[in-house]
Amino acid sequence: MVSFELSDEQKMIRDTAAAFAIEQIRPAARAADESGEIPADVIAKAWELGLVRGAIPESYGGYGDIRSAVTGAIVAEELAFGDLAIALHTMAPRLLAYPVLEMGTSDQRESILPRFGTDNFVAGAAALVEPRFDFDPSALATIARRDGASYVIDGAKCVVPLAAKAETILVYAAANSDAGQAGVDGFIVAREAPGLTISEREKNMGIKALETYELMLKDCRVGAEARLGAGKGINFTRLMSESRVAMAAMATGVARAAFEYARTYAKERKAFGVPIATKQAVAFMLAEMAIEIDATRLLVWEAASRLDKGEDALKESYQARNYAAQSSLMVADNAVQVLGGHGYIREHPVEMWLRNARAFAVLDGIATV
Amino acid sequence: MIDFELEPQVLKQVEMYHMVAAQMMRPISREYDEKEHEHPRQFWDAMWAASQSLGPAAREAAPSGKDDGGTAKLRNLYTCLSTEELCWGDAGLFLSIPNPGLGGAAVAAAGTPEQRERFLRRFREGQPKWGAMAITEPGCGSDSAAVTTTAVREGDSWVLNGTKIFCTAGQMAAEGSEGFVVVWATVDRKAGRAGIKPFVVEHNTSGMTVVRVENKLGIRASDTAMIVLENCRIPADHLLGKADVKQEAGGFKDVMATFDATRPIVAAMAIGVGRAALDFVRDFLEQNRIPMRYGLSPRRLTTIERDFMEMEVQLKAARLLTWRAAWMLDKGMRNNLEASMAKAKAGKAVTLITQKAVELLGPVGYSRKQLVEKWMRDAKINDIFEGTQQINLLIIARRILDYSSKELN
Repeated sequence: MVSFELSDEQKMIRDTAAAFAIEQIRPAARAADESGEIPADVIAKAWELGLVRGAIPESYGGYGDIRSAVTGAIVAEELAFGDLAIALHTMAPRLLAYPVLEMGTSDQRESILPRFGTDNFVAGAAALVEPRFDFDPSALATIARRDGASYVIDGAKCVVPLAAKAETILVYAAANSDAGQAGVDGFIVAREAPGLTISEREKNMGIKALETYELMLKDCRVGAEARLGAGKGINFTRLMSESRVAMAAMATGVARAAFEYARTYAKERKAFGVPIATKQAVAFMLAEMAIEIDATRLLVWEAASRLDKGEDALKESYQARNYAAQSSLMVADNAVQVLGGHGYIREHPVEMWLRNARAFAVLDGIATV
Repeated sequence: MIDFELEPQVLKQVEMYHMVAAQMMRPISREYDEKEHEHPRQFWDAMWAASQSLGPAAREAAPSGKDDGGTAKLRNLYTCLSTEELCWGDAGLFLSIPNPGLGGAAVAAAGTPEQRERFLRRFREGQPKWGAMAITEPGCGSDSAAVTTTAVREGDSWVLNGTKIFCTAGQMAAEGSEGFVVVWATVDRKAGRAGIKPFVVEHNTSGMTVVRVENKLGIRASDTAMIVLENCRIPADHLLGKADVKQEAGGFKDVMATFDATRPIVAAMAIGVGRAALDFVRDFLEQNRIPMRYGLSPRRLTTIERDFMEMEVQLKAARLLTWRAAWMLDKGMRNNLEASMAKAKAGKAVTLITQKAVELLGPVGYSRKQLVEKWMRDAKINDIFEGTQQINLLIIARRILDYSSKELN
């Protein structure tokens, strides 16, 4: 039966995430963007929310919560409403933990999951995006070649979060460059593995508080046991769908942050003796922003709800993600426009949200639900 | 719990409406577009007969949001589903179907139980009938509070004077059947919108004349009437609600409440037209072996893929907003903001989708041999009637900014 209502549990989780975003994340956002550093106490407090540990089985020290993509999308939106870079940082360990949890062998679960079942934040990361304009998740240029009892990985990755801190990185590579998505594998690679080089920290337009790195893989040899899911491999389409839902949900959060800020400003700022929000030219911009935010969220929920039912959500998550990339940019741009010259000044956060929103044009596989 | 899945029995109903659209509407779609003002009698009779065999809830289909014993749990949502299917068939023919229409919706929203029974009973028996609503005037459209048609009490009667335009199904309601027109008129101009009241004017009442049926860009199968009221005398108890201008009940607020219920339906109409165009383009691309590569980086898609995917997701976004607005009404929640969001989004999205369809199909799209050009013409009305794009943005803006109509106008 069609319903647009969150469950009581989801409402509670949303409220908790929203309170955290407003009280802890947002106040730290601007300074973190300027300095590139996220305060350790914010990361520690976020960890206490159980964002990563929650889904880890109790036997590995987690809480054994049932994962839901809809609930995950709701949380991702709220945290990104606080700040996208901080939200991505706090959830980055999922990039390793969740695929292992969902598709790993028991040995792989045994070796990886316990480290996320503790009281302290532990970095984890995945490497998907490649530094070329025509990067496509379904046609990776990073190749894993079978060589006897091991795999040899060659290629380059970028926008890998927390790579310098993560003990282990999940590296996506094509087993056969002609095979498309079905041929994509994940390899659990130690940061210290020979042949793996981590670059200097990247400098990007936005999400500056999130440390990201380029990875060079040259004759990087890993054992056969490093292949996620061993002989069975992974369902890469599903992992991409989970990633796209997360990206789209976070885009919704960024857009809502920009919208709400612009709305407040427009009611306070006077021109010609009246608040600018009383002028249709401004009011209509805000109305269109509101429509697009709601539309984006519903597309996200629809894709997430399919994932929760175990259905294929390739098309739905792809639609939601692409829509969200456009709509969040439009909303953030409108927000800067509503503030006019003030929107361009770094004293206000809207310019940061515009830079952050543009990230969704390049981000893939950097968050998951 | 968030859920977008329709139950099997609902899908079966949708399938039934789709068959009506495909088998009864599409074959005559072009004919009644070309022969504007002619009457698709056979289609009307069949639709009327079908409505007579359904239950009372379906028959009155008065989208009031009130629970009048309807069996469907999500009646407004289901109305949106059937509307989408029928407008996939033909939006003009859909609007021409004999039913209580917006006039019936006004009776259901503003009338007493006795009035509802008295005026709506006719739709359960006899020959095909139409209900219509007359609110727009030559000098007022979106500013519907500026109505100048007057209603003056004389003994046991009200006497109406004024001119109404853009009255959907007005001709069939006023003269072509035993229907009625709900005319909005002011009983006290000084009272502003509180003085505007709805009056039921029975068919063929002396003093009510259809002076013109408009020639339009699209939805040509639907009649759009200009109605003149000249000393049109109606019984006192044809005023819906109360005459008291201090009390808003039965007054202007109720027209607006009607809009909250009808806007999702108009959005669903738009979506039906948009889907017709989208389906046509999809089939065309498939026949020409042009694949849609979902999952590919947008940077690697062809322009045709990008355009088509954009049309597809815009339509879906509009549908989700529409479902939400209808669902809220079904749950008894205030949906004023969400109904306007759905209407604004759907009206614009579908206008652009159908225009893009003509562009993508080139000469095939522009040719009157196919229906795509017609859908582009039909689609445009959805961005205009039941509140233009701009009026809906105004409503949304007021709601999100917490401004009154005085503060933001």
